Amino acid sequence: MLRYIVRRLVGAVPILVGISLISFLMMHMAPGGPIGAGTDLNPKATAESRARLKAYYGLDQPLHIQYGRWLVRMSTLDFGDSFSPDGRPVAEKIKERIPITLTINVLSMGLIFLVAIPVGVYSAVRKGSLFDRISTVAVFTGFAIPTFWLALLLMILFGVKLGWLPISGISSLDYGSLGPLGKLADRAHHLLLPVLLLGFGGLAGMSRYTRANMLEVIRQDYVATARAKGLPEGTVVFRHAMRNALLPVITILGLSVPELLGGSVIFETIFAIPGLGQLFYQGVMSRDYPLIMGILTIGAFLTLLGNLLADVGYALADPRIRQG
Amino acid sequence: MAETLLDVRGLRLSFATEKGSVRALFGVSFSVAPGETVGLVGESGCGKTVTALAVLRLLQSPPAIVESGEIVFRGEDLLALPEKRMCGVRGKSISMIFQEPMSSLNPVLTVGEQVAEVFTAHNVCGKREAAERAVEWLRKVHMPDPSLRAREYPHQMSGGMRQRAMIAMALALTPSLLIADEPSTALDVTIQAQILSLLRELRERERMAVLLITHDLGVVHDFADRTAIMYLGRIVEIAPTRELFADPIHPYTQGLLASLPGKRTGEKRLPSIPGTVPDLSNVPPGCPFADRCPFRREALSRFLAREVPADPLAVCDREDPPLYEYSGGHFAACHHQRTVRGGGAR
Ligand SMILES: Nc1ncnc2c1ncn2[C@@H]1O[C@H](COP(=O)(O)OP(=O)(O)OP(=O)(O)O)[C@@H](O)[C@H]1O
Ligand SMILES: [Mg+2]
Repeated sequence: MLRYIVRRLVGAVPILVGISLISFLMMHMAPGGPIGAGTDLNPKATAESRARLKAYYGLDQPLHIQYGRWLVRMSTLDFGDSFSPDGRPVAEKIKERIPITLTINVLSMGLIFLVAIPVGVYSAVRKGSLFDRISTVAVFTGFAIPTFWLALLLMILFGVKLGWLPISGISSLDYGSLGPLGKLADRAHHLLLPVLLLGFGGLAGMSRYTRANMLEVIRQDYVATARAKGLPEGTVVFRHAMRNALLPVITILGLSVPELLGGSVIFETIFAIPGLGQLFYQGVMSRDYPLIMGILTIGAFLTLLGNLLADVGYALADPRIRQG
Repeated sequence: MAETLLDVRGLRLSFATEKGSVRALFGVSFSVAPGETVGLVGESGCGKTVTALAVLRLLQSPPAIVESGEIVFRGEDLLALPEKRMCGVRGKSISMIFQEPMSSLNPVLTVGEQVAEVFTAHNVCGKREAAERAVEWLRKVHMPDPSLRAREYPHQMSGGMRQRAMIAMALALTPSLLIADEPSTALDVTIQAQILSLLRELRERERMAVLLITHDLGVVHDFADRTAIMYLGRIVEIAPTRELFADPIHPYTQGLLASLPGKRTGEKRLPSIPGTVPDLSNVPPGCPFADRCPFRREALSRFLAREVPADPLAVCDREDPPLYEYSGGHFAACHHQRTVRGGGAR
């Protein structure tokens, strides 16, 4: 197993390089550039000063040289310095932003797990029941509603009209003066809507997927065997059917990392959450190349890690793979 | 009639499908005495598995609906039992071995766990003792290395070993009736023979009754005290095995036996009889076999050729024949034979 993990990690390196190359090219193909963002509207900026800036950032070099330089720096885990006025190292910026984004993502994943799986299992076991029909309608509504739009609606309802929930940031103004419990409650209060909404998109898909798997498994011979032993329905469902039905769900969960990270960009921007997604959005807007590349690389790494964890999790849960 | 253990009476069952209701069992009746082995033989799709599953009430409803009939086990109608008491019957008083050993075991639980579960499900003993007893039973079904194998998963075993594990599971609580649905069909010939001899050995030792479902006339000939022939959702003939083979009454049974090359060959599929089995969703009135029946065909062609003034077997197209008793314990459902042989009404 350990050998397998090491092999996978080593295999991830060329994939990461490939992803970074494509990202790099796409980034440069996009209109506008870091110099333009700061100077286009500035009447005092002369062509000469622009050229100087360009040379300073190394943007006067051909693309392959630029990429080569970036890659060489990356190989020593040096992400470079941001183009933004503060000019801080990209690694530092990412490091301070990543915990909040990971927290939100892990919480949404937990939410998906805790809600989608029971809903999926129950609607499969009671196929055609009122619950199943209601959840089916809810799922398709969920598929159809754009989440960012729903986010805005909920912000208006809970934040503006009812005033129950804060609509931006991750802490109140008096956060510093609160006790540890108060701090926790304040955080939870702020994160409630973002976590719900980030998870919302996954909920529909995952519950549908769980239901489909469960229906498939219930028809299997070994479920009939379990019933023929005289096991009560609950044991048949939970011990025999569910374990088999959830195996592929582990994989899907691992594969949902990029989707969640993508969602973070939107939700952190909407809710003004100082996380990686917001940082990425700002980086893209100001064409902060080192920052964009840094975050994309981290994102790609997390995605590959998610895939690996999914495969390892699957192998641990399924004896046919564990011992095959 | 002697004491009966299981008595299935006039079981009619249908499935609700998208294209409407399709009947699968058209009044199935048979009985099994304590310690007796009854063979249930018929072509693929005639309803053998459905009959077995109906007895254990393992058919999901919907789509399955029992329209009428009774399944009396030890004097109690199983169809009337609440689900909870039915769970007490399954695996304990009546157990079942399925057709496909490759898919009948749960891939994520060890074989030992799956056998042990039978004990814990029926509150026979605690977990630890159940595990020990499971190993004990694996030994009894001649599983090589039972304590090691108990810790293995189904995918690590051959088909024959899995079927042994299934048998261990089915017999663990020494049920009074074992339903074996083609226990050896999916296995290769040598393993088949081993599994059958194991069943024979255990049947004798545990003194249990067996309902043996199979395609293979050779197997029932060697194994069953009585044999029932099934055709299109009903039993068309049932008799002591020896008598059935020596003097088959129903034209369908006659066809089956006539096309057997030697009685002990291990034919997997039943030999072919001209014509096709009618589709279940469109069963014509009258005898379900009429279309393929040599007697009916001959009578009809003679009538059509005007060799005879009236069609003597017109009744075959009109009425579904019930089981008539021809001699002690030998029943068949045939209008023609009744007129020829003169069976008494049941
Ligand atoms: N769930 C179901 N819904 C609809 N029809 C069904 C269902 N289960 C079985 N049937 C039908 O009932 C008939 C009898 O099937 P059954 O499985 O009992 O056949 P069998 O005699 O066991 O055949 P085989 O020898 O191939 O196992 C078949 O025509 C089948 O299509
Ligand atoms: Mg069958």
